[in-house]
Amino acid sequence: MNKNIIDVKNLSKSFNIATKEPGLRGTIKHFFKRQSKSIKVIKDISFEIKEGEIVGFLGANGAGKTTILKILCGLIYPSEGSILVSGNLPFKRKENFLKNITLIMGQKQQLIWDLPPIESFYLNASIYDLDKFEANKRIKKLSDMLEIGDELFIPVRKLSLGQRMKSELLAALIHEPNILFLDEPTLGLDINAQRNLRKFLQKYNQETNATICLTSHYMKDITSLCKRVICVHNGSISYDGKLDLLLNKLSPIKEILIICRTEEDAIKLENSGFTIKNKTKNEITIKVENTFITSSLKTILNNFDIEDIYINEPPIDEIIGKILIQKDYEI
Amino acid sequence: MKSKLILRKIFTLLKVQYSNMLEYRVEIALWAISGIIPFFMLNIWTNNNLNESINISDVMLSRYFLCAFFVRQFSVVWVVFSFEEDSLMGKVSPYLIQPLNPFFRYLAQHLAEQITRFPFAIIIAFFFFIFNPDSIWIPNLDILFLSIISTFLSFLIQFLIQSIVACLCFWTEKASAIERLLFIPTLFLSGLLAPVASFPKYVKSWIYLTPFPYLIDFPANLLSGNTTNISGGLSMQILWIILLFPVFRKVWFAGTKKYTAMGS
Repeated sequence: MNKNIIDVKNLSKSFNIATKEPGLRGTIKHFFKRQSKSIKVIKDISFEIKEGEIVGFLGANGAGKTTILKILCGLIYPSEGSILVSGNLPFKRKENFLKNITLIMGQKQQLIWDLPPIESFYLNASIYDLDKFEANKRIKKLSDMLEIGDELFIPVRKLSLGQRMKSELLAALIHEPNILFLDEPTLGLDINAQRNLRKFLQKYNQETNATICLTSHYMKDITSLCKRVICVHNGSISYDGKLDLLLNKLSPIKEILIICRTEEDAIKLENSGFTIKNKTKNEITIKVENTFITSSLKTILNNFDIEDIYINEPPIDEIIGKILIQKDYEI
Repeated sequence: MKSKLILRKIFTLLKVQYSNMLEYRVEIALWAISGIIPFFMLNIWTNNNLNESINISDVMLSRYFLCAFFVRQFSVVWVVFSFEEDSLMGKVSPYLIQPLNPFFRYLAQHLAEQITRFPFAIIIAFFFFIFNPDSIWIPNLDILFLSIISTFLSFLIQFLIQSIVACLCFWTEKASAIERLLFIPTLFLSGLLAPVASFPKYVKSWIYLTPFPYLIDFPANLLSGNTTNISGGLSMQILWIILLFPVFRKVWFAGTKKYTAMGS
């Protein structure tokens, strides 16, 4: 059984935001007397993450996902509550803690813009106290995994977004961190680059047993990487559990399109007790609860002359979209 | 082992930042040329015979302003502007979660820029000597060495002052506006426009209580061979560094607690 590597209890975070009334009167008032209000962006949340887990943080824009990641990696101070990440208080930013984590933000870069990525890699290697031999070994290993070669020697400004993102990943992983905080790592990447990045993260997780906390608006990232999701709604956790369970709960019924060899078979199937959605000649669409899919398919294949069968998965974006606007999910 | 790792860190930081600065060599050349304000001041002083009032010969005054130019070239600091931009754009976030204070990156940037600037400063000095052949002199090695140390200490004082102001970004977001307030005393009291010796006695006694005369005036006087209290000047420079460093650390730690990682 893996131990907890992240332990968050009753975490809250408030920001002071300046407010200003519209118009000239508001501007003059604002000049002489600044007004601000405290906004609680994270509200008393608690969760634990085990070593080696990949957890997806889901939520609408401004829900608080990125703030949670920033607090977990020690970038910003919490207002209340306790946090332990691999036994450390993140906001203390102790050297041994920083050497164990990394943060990758899809829209921000740490590579030096005018130099080839290899220069930034060597710089990061020295910051993390790696000698040249070890640095070269890790650069070779990670560049093989990420499938980057000549790009290492081309100035960052000349690289495509996908190549840049791969290089960002290499720079962020050169010290082989145990915990990865990824904030929309596939933002702006094309479909192939997104898929390659997901493959890489899966492989990295399998090879190193690293814990990955991920936010993304691309549902494919979440469904292909995360078994567990934490849904954040207005700074509170609305669901924390298995993604499968959540999807089953939100979409308990699947549609099966059955193409029978003859119209007679389709009529026989229509009258056999399944819930029918529609029927045209020898094609019939039935609705089956997720838990009865296997048994229903077995019955159909054994008793009817079937030409083809299609199981229609419900569109995952629509399902997840429901989560983003609802407050609580009890499973 | 630990010291070897630290040395490698410093060397790599400098090497990478130097490579980066070489990408901006034209910009750096223009910055070097833009630093010729001491030569304009020299012209004003000599054309109006102002040097007579402070008993400095034309030659010594020429040397002083040339040295002021050199000291300025190798002590110019812009960390407040870089840090302000990086912090407002969220670029500082990845650096904050690395086991190296981000200000070391900026320090390395400045040092690398100084190395890049060196040949341009030499070329400008060469032209200065062509127009002022009487000013040619070779300082003795001891003085040269102490002047280099003093110029580096001047750079450190300015770097620390600006870093403290830069940390105010965590509260005000526009810390460079505060730096502008320091620009005027730096310009007038540092010796860039006039040697501090030219100020009235009672003003001088106050000026020497501030860090400003140790930024340009003291190292420039030292290098040009003017009479100056070497041990006193160097001690004051070290004292200011010792005073400013804990202030920087305090503001830095207090500021990072306020950091909201905006823009990222």
